[in-house]
Amino acid sequence: MRPPRPLVPRLLIALATVLTLLFVVAPLAFIFARALADGWQVYAANILDPLTLHAMWLTSVVALIAVPVNILFGLAAAWAVAKHRFPGRGLLVTLIEIPFSISPIIAGICYLLLYGRQGLLGPFLREHDIQIMFALPGIVLVTLFVTAPFVAREVLPLMQGQGTEQEEAAVTLGASGWQVFSRVTLPNIRWALLYGAVLCTARAVGEFGGVSVVSGNIRGQTNTLPLHVELLFNDLNTTGAFAAASTLTLIALVALAVKTLLETQRGTDHSATRKGESNVPAHQ
Amino acid sequence: MTVAAPIRAKRVLPGFTLSLGTTLLYLTLIILIPVIALVLKGAEIGPDNFMRIVTSPRALAAFRVTLTAAAIATAINAVYGLLMAWVLVRYDFPGKRLLDALMDIPFALPTAVAGISLTALFSSSGWFGPLLDALGLQVVYTLAGIAIAMAFTSIPFVVRTVQPVLEDLDPALEQAAETLGARPWTIFVRVVFPAILPAWLAGCTTAFARSLGEFGAVVFIAGNLPMKTEIASLLAYIRLEEYDYNGAAVIALALLGFALVLLLASNLLQFWAARYREAM
Repeated sequence: MRPPRPLVPRLLIALATVLTLLFVVAPLAFIFARALADGWQVYAANILDPLTLHAMWLTSVVALIAVPVNILFGLAAAWAVAKHRFPGRGLLVTLIEIPFSISPIIAGICYLLLYGRQGLLGPFLREHDIQIMFALPGIVLVTLFVTAPFVAREVLPLMQGQGTEQEEAAVTLGASGWQVFSRVTLPNIRWALLYGAVLCTARAVGEFGGVSVVSGNIRGQTNTLPLHVELLFNDLNTTGAFAAASTLTLIALVALAVKTLLETQRGTDHSATRKGESNVPAHQ
Repeated sequence: MTVAAPIRAKRVLPGFTLSLGTTLLYLTLIILIPVIALVLKGAEIGPDNFMRIVTSPRALAAFRVTLTAAAIATAINAVYGLLMAWVLVRYDFPGKRLLDALMDIPFALPTAVAGISLTALFSSSGWFGPLLDALGLQVVYTLAGIAIAMAFTSIPFVVRTVQPVLEDLDPALEQAAETLGARPWTIFVRVVFPAILPAWLAGCTTAFARSLGEFGAVVFIAGNLPMKTEIASLLAYIRLEEYDYNGAAVIALALLGFALVLLLASNLLQFWAARYREAM
């Protein structure tokens, strides 16, 4: 080790801690402080408000559809890209990550231009009496767009690092495709898969911009929890807004706790493969 | 399938057609077709109308506000993110794991929640507002507020891009520099910084791109005054509410263009970073 230079490190650590307290911890703590400012009874009444409960239910339904679909997509994409060689693989990976670089507002506008009243498919949908925009299907579709890369992004590098030897051995021993996947590949990636699912859930629950464009903001009908927070805040019902926001914050904190826990578990996954995989975040 | 498997297995594992087919179908339905709908709308509008809408004073003002605030936010995170990555990789101290975990909060916290919290925090009834008022500084409903909201949501990009590179850095180089009598600051500037530069730039590029598209965190604190504190994505949103689909599509296309250029830049930088790391 280098000779001790106590002053500079100590100053830098203090600076980093203070900045983080002001910049990250204060906004987080403020949510709970404001939600509970008028006491627990008011807090409980705000949480149990029928419109807030409806928003929670709608948000849960959207997440319960979007997360499993994107787990299946992520696994399919990772299996195709990581275990096989074909032209255009790089392009496919870029395509998978496009939702990370596109603003959710743009995603919402894209969907509106496709399925909206004046959209490309608008006349067809109206003829067949199918409502996609300003209804549950639209909210689910935008959430699918925004959260599409999460599972693939976590599982793909791991599956690439692990190579194909184990799977090939299993095939040689006569295992079927499904057996290879469920008995060889899946156990190897389980922590990364869970990790991706957690991030995907947090994002699906918290999506605001994209959903805001396609939901139509119908009170008690198409208001997801983040939209409901906005509605309460703009109604100047600050305590109600922060009470609703506190439930979303709790979900975020649980997701972070699970993530931190899974990261230690993933260490075992990773040590089985190469060390030093770049862990660039692309989650938004 | 089981009959064909042993022969094909020599080259390819099973399930290729199924998995690739599923992936392509899903990407086409969920990502490609909607984006194509936007591009088609742009084509329908035509280049003349496109230019007219994109260069209208209100749109130009919105782009200027968005770009300026995103640049300030990125500058903040370029410094703060680098400091965090450095402290988290190089030093051991109590609470380090917690500090590391805190860096992910902006990713996990819904942006609308971050938005209302920052707005109330910096308002005169919040924790920071009164102090700033006393200093004569106004954050809420100003460009500074927009920049702070953007900075909050993009903190993790710089930290998490620089961190692994800093971890992988060969200590021998720094030790060699030290043996040659270089001072710590010189070592940082001449040895460490060049090595993490590509990753740092890539992180900053991603943070910038994220800031350009940020909506939820910004709309509450911005005040949304046309020509002054109105961001581009909000203007697109307002055009939709006015049923001006052309106006919305044009601004969305311009933002999409920015995003794709930045995605390309970030990919090139990360490619460069990877080559740099291999060469070390």
